[in-house]
Amino acid sequence: MVRLTDIPDIDAQHLLDKECPAFEGEPWVEGPPLAGRRVAIVTSAGLHRAGERNFDLRDVGYRVIPGATEGAELVMTHASVNFDRTGFQQDVNVVFPIDRLRELAAAGEVGSVADFHYSVMGAGWLPHEIETTARELAGMLKEDKVDAVLLSPV
Amino acid sequence: MVISLVREHTERIKPPRALWVPFQLGRPLGAPDDAAFQTRVLRAALALFTAPAGPIIGDFEEDAPGADPDDYSGWVCPVALPAPPDGTAVPGSLLAQVQAEIDSLAPWYDLARERRGRTTVGVSGLSVVDAAAFLIRFLDDPEIESPDPALSVAHAAKFAADDLKAWYFEAATARPGADGSVPLNDWFWQETAAGRLLLSLSAVCRGIDAPVMQWLADKALVPRSHHHLIP
Repeated sequence: MVRLTDIPDIDAQHLLDKECPAFEGEPWVEGPPLAGRRVAIVTSAGLHRAGERNFDLRDVGYRVIPGATEGAELVMTHASVNFDRTGFQQDVNVVFPIDRLRELAAAGEVGSVADFHYSVMGAGWLPHEIETTARELAGMLKEDKVDAVLLSPV
Repeated sequence: MVISLVREHTERIKPPRALWVPFQLGRPLGAPDDAAFQTRVLRAALALFTAPAGPIIGDFEEDAPGADPDDYSGWVCPVALPAPPDGTAVPGSLLAQVQAEIDSLAPWYDLARERRGRTTVGVSGLSVVDAAAFLIRFLDDPEIESPDPALSVAHAAKFAADDLKAWYFEAATARPGADGSVPLNDWFWQETAAGRLLLSLSAVCRGIDAPVMQWLADKALVPRSHHHLIP
């Protein structure tokens, strides 16, 4: 188990000092039952397919992970070294649960899996600096008829 | 719907739906190679789409199985690596030491790659031996040319270091029971020549008055938890 009280003080303080923006309002949208929803994964783990352009140290861009991508194709070029990577090295689903999502879709628990998932690299920039990318991703998710997104950090 | 690894952040940002999980950073679904556990986490997250009102933070109270990061009981290095020499590492001998470690660990890296059907090594475009050799040349002369014309030497060093670490950790986790990140990190940073190479590289970069080298030294090579080992 890891909670802030369980990690070294220097790491806990670093996390507490992070800038967390306050948003105006509290947006809330409801949708159909889960069995009718189309689900995408957006991760900030700096994942991309092997051979694609690595993430730079202050990269606010994104990479596309096509829905048919196998987990074995994914690598990680995150700028930070302050989180565990050994779990991802053993099993991509501990960060990017694509196989688990496909299983829930096959079982009818979720409606379908999106045609495209997306990855950003969540270090080196302030939250407002990625707003343009976030809006762009939201537009593409809407085009893909996605109505449920799982945001997966590291 | 966001999985939250740091509840304090989520409480401040107030996203519409969040599931806080008590897992270590880097493992939002909890545990590798445990599909049943991952599915429980995913179901709990997706269930928040049926919440009647928000913002809402759900709590996933179940700890990840076998994932106490401080647990030293389940893991030992697959091979006995040579003891480190006394004194400051000399670039020439350091390459021989890293090469010897790679030779010793190679059967375990190969086994891990075969069992998993994948490797995360390769983001530098160099073999692990070439990555180590480049880093040692960089340690000896930080003004060397980048092995990739599209990358600065600092960026190339970051990706080469990522590959070197990933190669060692994939080899070290080939055997069952390798789940405690603290012992794995302590092994790499305290007992391997590759770890000493990256610690020495951080020290060299700290002494170079260039922002990208300071970034490399402070943020991109050695985790904060092991900065105290930088000479």
